[in-house]
Amino acid sequence: MDAYAGKILHVNLTSGQIRTENLDERTAKLYLGGVGLGVNLLMEHSKPGRDAFDPDNPLIYCTGPLSGILGPAGNGYAVVSKSPLTGGVGEGQVQSFFGSELKRAGYDALVIKGKASALSYLWIDDDEIELRGAQHFKGSSVREVGQKICDEMGDFSVRVSGIGEAGEKLCRFATIISDEDHTVGRTGLGAVMGSKNLKAIAVRGTHDVNVANFESFVQFVKTLYERVKNLEPNKRSPIASKNLLELNSLSALATRNWNNSTFEGVEKINAAYLNDRYVKRAIGCATCEMNCNRVAVVSDVPFKDDVVARLDFDCLLSLGPLCGVDRLDAIVKATSLINDYGMDCVSVGAVIAFAMDLYEHGIITNEQTSGVDLRFGNVDALIDLINKIGKRDGWLGDVLAEGVVRAAEVIGGEAVKFACHVKCLELPGYDLRVLKNAALGFSVAFSGDGHLRNGAELLDIKGKVDHSKIESDIGSILVAESQRYNVLDSLILCKLSPEVYTWKDLVDYYMLATGIQVTEDELRQVGDRVENLARLFNILEGKGTRDYDDLPYKIKNCPVSDEGSEKGAVVVDDELQLGIDNYYVACGWTADGIPTVDRLKQVGLGNLAYISESAIKVARAQGIN
Amino acid sequence: MVDRHQDRKLVVSDPEKCSGCSICEYVCSMVNEKTFNPNKSRIRVIRMGMLANVAVSCRKCEDPVCVASCPKNALSQEESTGIIRVNEHACTGCGWCVGACTFGALNLHPDKKVAYTCNSCTDTDSNGEPQCVQWCPEEALQYVTAETLAQRARQKIVTQLLEAHETSKEKEENKQ
Repeated sequence: MDAYAGKILHVNLTSGQIRTENLDERTAKLYLGGVGLGVNLLMEHSKPGRDAFDPDNPLIYCTGPLSGILGPAGNGYAVVSKSPLTGGVGEGQVQSFFGSELKRAGYDALVIKGKASALSYLWIDDDEIELRGAQHFKGSSVREVGQKICDEMGDFSVRVSGIGEAGEKLCRFATIISDEDHTVGRTGLGAVMGSKNLKAIAVRGTHDVNVANFESFVQFVKTLYERVKNLEPNKRSPIASKNLLELNSLSALATRNWNNSTFEGVEKINAAYLNDRYVKRAIGCATCEMNCNRVAVVSDVPFKDDVVARLDFDCLLSLGPLCGVDRLDAIVKATSLINDYGMDCVSVGAVIAFAMDLYEHGIITNEQTSGVDLRFGNVDALIDLINKIGKRDGWLGDVLAEGVVRAAEVIGGEAVKFACHVKCLELPGYDLRVLKNAALGFSVAFSGDGHLRNGAELLDIKGKVDHSKIESDIGSILVAESQRYNVLDSLILCKLSPEVYTWKDLVDYYMLATGIQVTEDELRQVGDRVENLARLFNILEGKGTRDYDDLPYKIKNCPVSDEGSEKGAVVVDDELQLGIDNYYVACGWTADGIPTVDRLKQVGLGNLAYISESAIKVARAQGIN
Repeated sequence: MVDRHQDRKLVVSDPEKCSGCSICEYVCSMVNEKTFNPNKSRIRVIRMGMLANVAVSCRKCEDPVCVASCPKNALSQEESTGIIRVNEHACTGCGWCVGACTFGALNLHPDKKVAYTCNSCTDTDSNGEPQCVQWCPEEALQYVTAETLAQRARQKIVTQLLEAHETSKEKEENKQ
């Protein structure tokens, strides 16, 4: 079993106990690594009903079989835990340099349980593991922590993954950040880390990573690099492409908390404007030549100090149009601040847009905003709220740090109708009323974020399906897309580069690296296995059945008001339910969204059939009542 | 061809193009060590902030301080290429040369515990330019002589001056 380290590290922060466990070839082949292995470990180490902030909720880091070796889009890691937002599977994966360092230190996965007695960081120096005090990093950004740890060690090759102030303060959409500003993204995993009093993990790994078939592997990755080189520039970076204009012309650019589906300020925030004025560099992650990251620098007034931020397309959607903001300088500043606090940009944008919407509708008052004019498009309010949320400062900052659903409960009244989320995770900035197949894909995503679980919005936007209706064969299409996304996330190949790999490539890549024989069907089945396992986890947590595959009020009840061909577009519940039926059939799930025992046996999860059996019984009993 | 000092080529990285991706580090260990491990690379990438990226390897100095500093006379410079050769039997791994090199271009090999540095891929069976140069996707790495670097710097600065001159002339004309 080459390319794998063959070891899982277990750390208990309460007892200080540290042990390693071997990763056997069977498990490696069943789950590959990354999100797949992570969900498997989560299932093994968690207890249903345990709170996400319970010390025993495991925080799981996984490298992939391709971490630590040469190849485009491959050097990443995934983090999996129970999400403090959704209460179901929380997951995120990120490229950059930390994952390969962890692999070189000798670990395929790291399972962290317990809670340190005071703010600490975990130091992994190959086989030497030590919990060190991090009191002096309290409130610091991961960028600062990384620099300070390197200073302390006197070694600048140490890689750090950790949380900012928002994670320490249990903001439910706090994220984990590594290598300055590469974020693990969604579902609030930074808050889980914070709940363990764990500020960061620092790694130095010195071991070789070897592949099974060296000569053929080298030739193979060479062809991959050639292929990336020949990609159109447009396909190499979403942020630098025309995607924003494309969304706007489709009337699918969620604007002002889904009050509109087109944004009048789109020209001022699109790629051409951004590149001309603010982008100073295109950089990439470890061993990747896509160079999709755009580093923007703002030196204009009013943000006088130079502000540097790595921009992401989805952050631009959420901090820009969704908040009615057409000022790129403010968006760059906001991104930089959000990274410093260590939060998920998409949720931050959505939660602020939600607050602005409530303010304009008089549901939250001037008194509650401490006099801040929270109208859409107010960039000062945007920056002010980011600071308040990141610090949980004041009533509003504290409430919003809970995410839109919990905030709506606290605010009460009509507020719940303004909260746009799936499974309590804030929606990214696509207008699902217009992108009908995305609406379905997003509603069934196990993490709550469809654009990362099946990419259904791309089917609609790229015209692979008719976006104006939920297609009759959409179930099998979505199942195939979920398979692919699950496999990419388990191998940990960046999802920005899906067009680089065919299924045959993925098979070759895996076999040449690991020496483990696998077929395309087996690989696809890994995708199905991960999907079903995550579903079972959610079911055990009481959040995995049909009731939770739903869309927010606005998407189902407030037709698009913008003039144009999409005026009046809305997701009609009957149509959504038909689509969900279609998807469940394709998945081999019951009408309640529960994997059938036969299906579980097919994907090698027969040992967990009891979960389905008891869920089906409960569903029947409810049906009779 | 006559061996002339000015024909010695070295691997240089253009900070304007380098994206800090570290492909060169992986390729170097792949070619020279038959494994993947940036800790065994003879070229090292520095990324500072997000804006400054550069890769560093042996500069093949005319009067190499690493060679002079070695207390065991384990280091020597190949006359024709400028490559620093390490006599692995003589080297004690004291690291004096590592500290002496202005560029941090020498390292101690993690397994062999002796000094090692860029050999321009001459110890491998690869052909042509060093492999890091061949694999660099940004064409940020180049295998060139110091003379070429000087020529380029001159061309670049003169081009910039000319452009500045043209712009100011245009501005003058627009005013009139």
